[in-house]
Amino acid sequence: MDFFLEVLTGGLLAGVMYSLVAIGFVLIYKASGVFNFAQGAMVLFAALTFVSLWEHGIPFWGAFVMTLLSMLALAWGVERVVLRPLVNRPPITLFMATLGLSYVIEGLAQLLWGSQVHGLELGISDEPLEVGGMLVSQFDLFAAGVAGVLVLILSLLFNKTRIGITLRAVADDQLAALAVGIRLERIWMIVWAVAGFVGLVAGLLWGARLGVQFSLSLVVLKALPVLIIGGFTSVGGAIVGGLIIGASEKLAEIYLGPLIGGGIENWFPYVLALLFLLVRPSGIFGERAIERV
Amino acid sequence: MFSFKKRAALIGVLALGMVATVQAANEQYFPLQSYRVGPYAAGGTGFFGGFIDYLQYVNLKEGGVNGVKFTWSECETEYVVEKGVECYERLKKGLNGAPAAATNPLSVGIAYATLERSAADKLPLITINHGRTDSTDGSVFPYVFPLQLNPYSEVSAIINYIGQQAGGLDKIKGKKIVTLYHGSPYGKETNPILELLAKKYGFELTLLEVPHPGNEQQSQWLNIRRIKPDWVILRGWGVMNPVALKTAQKTGFPADHIIGNIWSNSEEDAAPAGAAAKGFISITTHPSGTNFPVLQDIGNTVIKAGKGNLKDSKRFGTVYYNLGVVNGILNVEAVRVAQAKFGKRPLTGEEVRWGFENIRLDDVRLKQLGAYGLVQPLKLSCSDHEGGGAVRFQQWDGKKWQVVSDWVQADRKLLRPIIEESSHQYAKEKGITPRDCAKES
Repeated sequence: MDFFLEVLTGGLLAGVMYSLVAIGFVLIYKASGVFNFAQGAMVLFAALTFVSLWEHGIPFWGAFVMTLLSMLALAWGVERVVLRPLVNRPPITLFMATLGLSYVIEGLAQLLWGSQVHGLELGISDEPLEVGGMLVSQFDLFAAGVAGVLVLILSLLFNKTRIGITLRAVADDQLAALAVGIRLERIWMIVWAVAGFVGLVAGLLWGARLGVQFSLSLVVLKALPVLIIGGFTSVGGAIVGGLIIGASEKLAEIYLGPLIGGGIENWFPYVLALLFLLVRPSGIFGERAIERV
Repeated sequence: MFSFKKRAALIGVLALGMVATVQAANEQYFPLQSYRVGPYAAGGTGFFGGFIDYLQYVNLKEGGVNGVKFTWSECETEYVVEKGVECYERLKKGLNGAPAAATNPLSVGIAYATLERSAADKLPLITINHGRTDSTDGSVFPYVFPLQLNPYSEVSAIINYIGQQAGGLDKIKGKKIVTLYHGSPYGKETNPILELLAKKYGFELTLLEVPHPGNEQQSQWLNIRRIKPDWVILRGWGVMNPVALKTAQKTGFPADHIIGNIWSNSEEDAAPAGAAAKGFISITTHPSGTNFPVLQDIGNTVIKAGKGNLKDSKRFGTVYYNLGVVNGILNVEAVRVAQAKFGKRPLTGEEVRWGFENIRLDDVRLKQLGAYGLVQPLKLSCSDHEGGGAVRFQQWDGKKWQVVSDWVQADRKLLRPIIEESSHQYAKEKGITPRDCAKES
C-alpha cells in the first residue's frame, strides 16, 4: 500500500509539470481558438535564451526580465507576421501556421544560442523528503506551488479584469469582437505574450529537470492528452487533466506494464484521452460548442 | 578571331582549370553526413568538429598523407534517416574528382539504411562504437566497420567490470542488476546478451524500458527503489541520461552505482543533471581531456591558428570531440595503410576498405601517432571489423570525467559464435556468399 501511495503521489506531482505546459496551450486557445503547436518551441526558446544570458554573467532576475522581453518581441512578431494576415481564416489554417512557426522558432533558438546542452540549477534541491515512509521530491513540491500560483493569477486575469472579458469575447467570435471595437491585434499580442511568460516558467522548471536542450520542445507531447481530458479552454482543467494523466500513467506503467511488456507510459495517456473523447469530447472543464445546424 | 588579350585570358582560365583538376586529382575526399541542428546537434557538432579538426591537422602538419591532402564536405542530416540517405547518394561520388574514402554518419538509423548501398558502391561504412553488432563479421559485411566496440562487447565489458568490483565474476552470483534501456531498437539490442550473461554468471537481471525520449522516468526509478539493485546499467540516449540521474537522486539511488553505456558517457549526459550526476560511472573507449600529444598538437596547429571547426572552443577535449579525433585517426590510418599497398595516390573505397582491414595499432604505433592512452590497441582483419572490444571506466566528479580503471576487455570468445550465427543468418536471407578470410591478404 505504501508503494502504491508513493507511485500515486509521484504521478500527481509529475502531472503538475505537464499542466505547466498545457496552460500555455489553453491561454492561446481560449483567446483565439487556435491550437498553438508552437508552444513547445516557445518553451525551448525561452529556456535557451534565459540560460544563455545567465551563463554570460547576467544576474538571474536580469536574465529573467530580458527573456521576458524577448518573449514579448516574439509575440509582437508572431502577431504581425503570422496572425494578422490570417484574421478570420479557418482554424485549420491557423493551426498549420503555428506548426510552421514551431520549426521556425526551434531553428531560430539554435541559430541564436547554439545547440549545446546546458545545465540549469535553480537552487531548489531535488533531494527527496521522507513523508510517512514515502519519498517526495522537494523540486516537484516547488513546481506544484508555482503551478498553483499561476492558475490563481490567470484565473483572476480571465475572470476579474477587463482584458480577461475582452479575451473571452474574441475567443467567442472574432468578427463580432471586431464589430464592437475590440482591437484584435492588441488582444492577440497580449495573449501570446502571457503564453510566452508561461512558457518561460515551464521552460525553467522543465529545463532544471531535463537540462536545457532541444528535447524541451518535445514536452508538448505530454500536454496533449492533458488538454483532451481537462478541456482546451480551462486553466483549472489543465491542472486536473495533468493530475489525472500523471497519476494514471505511473500506475499503469508499474502495475499494467509488466503484464504487457513495459514501456507503456508514453501511449497509455492517449488511450485514456481517446476514452474521454468518446464520453466527453470537450473534456471535463471544456466549454461545449453550441452551433446552429 | 580572338584578340591576343582574349586568347591569353582563355589560356589562363584553362591553365587554372587544369591546376584545379590536378589539385583535386591528388586529394582524398571524406563525405560527411553531419548533424549540427536538431535534437542531437550537441553530439554531431562535437564529433564532426573533432573529425574535421584531425583531417585539417594532418593537412597542415604533414601536407596530407604522402602528399595526398584530405578534403571534405558536409551535408546536414539532422539525424533524420531519409536525409542521411539523400546525403549519402549526393556525396558518394566524390568531390571535384577526389574519390570518397568512407562514410561516417554517426547514426544507427542512417547506418542501417545505407548498409547495403555501401556494399553495392564498395564504400566503407564506419560505425565507430555503435552500429549493427553482427557487422563485426567482415566475411559477410565486407564494407561495414563497427570500430573499437560493438554493442555486445559493450555490455560484456560492463559485466566484467562489475565482476572486478565484486572481487571476481564468481562473486556476482545472486547480485541484482537492473538495465534501464531506451525504448528503441538501439536500446533493446543488448537485452539478449544481458540475459545470456545473467544465466552464465547467476545474477538477477531486470530489464526496464524507458519510452522515447525519456523525459519522465518516475515509475521506472520507483520500481528500481523497490527492487533495490546492486547496480543499474544505463543504456540511454540524449535527454534520457540526465533525467535518469536526476530521478535516481529523487528516489534515493546512489549515482556511483549507475554505469552508463557508450551513449551515456559525454559531458552533455552528466553536466545537465548537476549535483545528481556526481559519482556517476560510465564506460568510454577514449578519455576526455587534452593531455595527449596529438590533442596538444591539434590545439597548437589548428585551434590556436583559428582553423578549428568548433564554434565554442571550450568543447575542445570533450568526449564527443575526442571521439571525432579518434575516428579521424582511424580513418587516416586506413588511408595510410592502403597507400602502402596500392600507391601514394587518392584511393578508391575498395582500396580504403583493405586499409581498414589491415589496421595494426600497437603501443609503438599509437605513441608515434601521439594517441597512446587515447586510442586502444587495435588489430582489424577480414573476419574482425571491431578490433578492440575494450573499454575504460570514468567517473563524473561534478565538473569533468576522471578515468578510474584500466582497459577492461569484453568476453569476445563468448560473443563470437552469437555474432557469427546472426551474420550467417543475414547472409542466408540476402543470398550473400561469405568471403573466405583465409584467402584474404
